[in-house]
Amino acid sequence: MSIKMFEGFKFTRLSTPLHNLDPRAKFFLTIGFFAIALLFQNLYALLAVFLVQLPLVVVARSTRRWLRSMKGGALLAVLIFVMNFITGTTFAFSLSMTIRFLALISSFSIFFMTTSPDDLGLALESMKVPYTLCFTFTTAVRLVPTMAVDAQTVVDAQRSRGLEVDKGNLLKRVRNYVPILIPLIVNAIRRSVELAEALESRAFGSTEKRESLITLKMRPSDYLTILATIVFVTAAVYVNLYIQLPTLDIPIKMPHIWPWAS
Amino acid sequence: MIKTETLHFAYPTGDDVLKGITLEIGDSEFVAIMGENGAGKTTLIKHFNGLHKPTKGHVLVDDVDTRKRSVASISRDVGLVFQNPDHQLFCETVREEVAFSLRNFGYEPETIERRTKNILETLDLSQYADSSPFTLSGGERKRVALASVLVWNPKHVVLDEPTIGQDYQQKDRLRNFILQLVSQRKTVIIVTHDIEFVAECKPRVILLSKGSIVADGPARKILTDERLLDECSLVRPQISSLMSSLNDLGLGQDIIDVYTARASILEAFRRVK
Repeated sequence: MSIKMFEGFKFTRLSTPLHNLDPRAKFFLTIGFFAIALLFQNLYALLAVFLVQLPLVVVARSTRRWLRSMKGGALLAVLIFVMNFITGTTFAFSLSMTIRFLALISSFSIFFMTTSPDDLGLALESMKVPYTLCFTFTTAVRLVPTMAVDAQTVVDAQRSRGLEVDKGNLLKRVRNYVPILIPLIVNAIRRSVELAEALESRAFGSTEKRESLITLKMRPSDYLTILATIVFVTAAVYVNLYIQLPTLDIPIKMPHIWPWAS
Repeated sequence: MIKTETLHFAYPTGDDVLKGITLEIGDSEFVAIMGENGAGKTTLIKHFNGLHKPTKGHVLVDDVDTRKRSVASISRDVGLVFQNPDHQLFCETVREEVAFSLRNFGYEPETIERRTKNILETLDLSQYADSSPFTLSGGERKRVALASVLVWNPKHVVLDEPTIGQDYQQKDRLRNFILQLVSQRKTVIIVTHDIEFVAECKPRVILLSKGSIVADGPARKILTDERLLDECSLVRPQISSLMSSLNDLGLGQDIIDVYTARASILEAFRRVK
């Protein structure tokens, strides 16, 4: 368990074109990436979805943290590749699914790295989501880094008492996580009770209609982003329906070892 | 013996937290590490059982580099008690909680039972042996955490903020207990902000500021050095300020505890008579 991975999903206050974009426009863009990535199964198309995001990462000056989220996802990516491959799909398809996964994480990483939890809350509110729900959501996002630090401390404390997480057979290893998960959960519950009490003592929910110091306003660049997303998604749908994309033909396939795989 | 040689440490996400710490803590020595928040105290003690490995320099525990041993193996010699007990309590009963480490180290069931019973008695926790640690008060949970480490009888004991959440009586007990450990020839290292507690224990004091050692010496000398303490955001003990404000009476200026203060004041009175 490492704190580093979460860095790739944590907001850092910077002033870049991407950070300054309206959260709703950015959310729309993220959903756009999401949709295109799910639309295609073609390796080249998915690779394109992934590569198109790289300039955005550079513009947002977050390359190092983005790489952390990629590194964090690497293990799962390998797992996805291996699981696909051994269950009888082709090499190219397994690779596609892995790239799709990376493209999805990358788009989320970019969104969360460049959007402050406050902005996110405002965006949700402006979309008429009830305030208590917005608040719950933004608090949850905000607590992720705190929980990550907590997790590291718990691991350290238990290791100091002789716990060796990576020792033993599979069952033992799973059981090794009990001394780590219980304190984490207990702490999370304690913290949320304390937070609720603190909120109530500051009159949370006393007014029905809230006003906000900052109101979100769409600027030309935001409309441009939304327009660009629409154009790209439409183009992607068109390509997917009417254009035959080249495929990668590597005739490597696992031998049939599973009775259900054909 | 715990020894560090120009120890540098940086977290992967940031700048150097420790900048060249060189120190030597001998066997059965009693040391308090003090300093402002973020000075690197906790980071430093996490090196003593190998949880952190230096980015530059060395940490030697009983002459062996911590890089060459696993945390579990160093922990048998260096018992580290964390500041917040809630980061480690997870068992259904206090007894189980205390026995957890002994099981990890592979002790025999009879030994586990005997040692658990003894440590619970020593730390005044016997009446809670079958209670859930989560139902105890903050101070009691803290003692359970302490018991869960001391139970395997490590040669060096490192305590992070042991006095937090303890009432005065418990602090007094803790002090006696620490002094008892020292008399059993154990090394005791505490990290603390509690200057009054340090003044009463009178250990060797190491002052840390911004990742470097700014002073190292006997409590009597360091806790009365206004300039040094100020640099580390510490305030001198009350007795020490009192003695300093009674300077005209010709009282000793390096007094930090009540008993010496009393003797010094009595002596001054006798002189006046």
